[in-house]
Amino acid sequence: MNLTDDPHLAVGAYVLHALPPGEETDFEKHLAVCGPCRREVDQLSSAAVRLGAAETSTPSTDLRRRVLDEIVTVRKGRSRTGGARRRRRRWGLKPALAAAVAVAAALGGVAWWQSSEADTAREQSAQERAEYRHLADVLTAPDATISSKELTGGGTASVVASRARGRSALIASGLPQLTGDRVYELWYAESGRYRPAGLLSSAGGHQASVLDGRLEGATAVCVTVEPAGGSAQPTTVPVAFISVPR
Amino acid sequence: MDRGAGDRREGDTQGRRGGSGDDPGLDELLVRAADGDEEAFAELYDALAHTVLGLACRVVGDKAQAEEVTQDVMVEVWRTADRFQPARGAARNWVLTLAHRRAVDRVRSVTAGRVRELRAAVMEQERSFDTVAEEVEVREEQRTVFRCLAQLARELRLPLVLAYYQGLTYAEVAEALSTPAGTIKSRMRQGLRRLHDCMEAAS
Repeated sequence: MNLTDDPHLAVGAYVLHALPPGEETDFEKHLAVCGPCRREVDQLSSAAVRLGAAETSTPSTDLRRRVLDEIVTVRKGRSRTGGARRRRRRWGLKPALAAAVAVAAALGGVAWWQSSEADTAREQSAQERAEYRHLADVLTAPDATISSKELTGGGTASVVASRARGRSALIASGLPQLTGDRVYELWYAESGRYRPAGLLSSAGGHQASVLDGRLEGATAVCVTVEPAGGSAQPTTVPVAFISVPR
Repeated sequence: MDRGAGDRREGDTQGRRGGSGDDPGLDELLVRAADGDEEAFAELYDALAHTVLGLACRVVGDKAQAEEVTQDVMVEVWRTADRFQPARGAARNWVLTLAHRRAVDRVRSVTAGRVRELRAAVMEQERSFDTVAEEVEVREEQRTVFRCLAQLARELRLPLVLAYYQGLTYAEVAEALSTPAGTIKSRMRQGLRRLHDCMEAAS
């Protein structure tokens, strides 16, 4: 690792919190005597922060109470010992689809593609790579939006849609397994009409699929349970109706 | 070690962020919180908790754990508010940098069982729909981030994403990508630099 001899190189990893503890300490010692490095840290941190600040989640009201209760009892200016939580783990190099789906949900898709690329490079077939590529086209669209809903009967479905590209993808997790000869069918919904947009396997679990056909004027994506092979029109009440932003 | 990190990281961020970082109101609240003003702290909490939680959810992938992280972070903000240096950056960035750090600590401390993957997959995206204005703003910010990430070359993007969102160390990223560790370090720096420039141009 000759390159690591230049301490400046570590600035990116430092900002991403990706240095192991020993190297982090070393870098911080260097920072103390390197003004340009501190400026670079400030600048790169402002970019890193935005990676994490693009989306929000509503805390429970209980959390607010817990925090405000706790600060009354906390003495200021004392650093907590944190040795235990600095322990490193080994990261398995076979991220499950589940993880990829989670990241897709988290990042609206870009990271999903990335981590999938990481393992597809290793172990996926060319055909699967092509499927990932189609997903990636939707997921990385500049105007991609993500909308999530819980399904009636369990599971969560997220629709990533790009009006500019006229495509959308459905990413489902925790789908209940279907019994009998039944499948999940996807639909584009527009003014009360339904266009068939592909099938998901009855196996349930985690699935991701680019919808067949164009998004066009559709205002929502629906999921119904249909006989094997799918139906031309929905024959059951949708288990999910996910609005797609205009 | 951890203490050293905390001491250093308080000023990590810079306030020159169009639309996302600059908020003199928050800086003021944090300064008042440092003086022990609990009301100011409560206001700061209300302004930032949903973003801290959103960030924590992404990294730890589980709402309940993310709330724990958020609680730890906000309490740590209270305890260490006097280390905040307004001259070096905005309060919002300071808090979010701390939040990312704690979220990464959390995923790294999970045992080898690695249940996170599964839990993460069923994490429901929850967004604040408090106001239409806020929603629009969030989407704008998202779009900028996505667009800038998407514009990065793959070899620059992957290390950023794996480190930031999955909590991998650079060495783990290097292993995952079968790329020399020094190269990964260098790409992390270069990728962040490009991301920064792209976001600057967009704001």
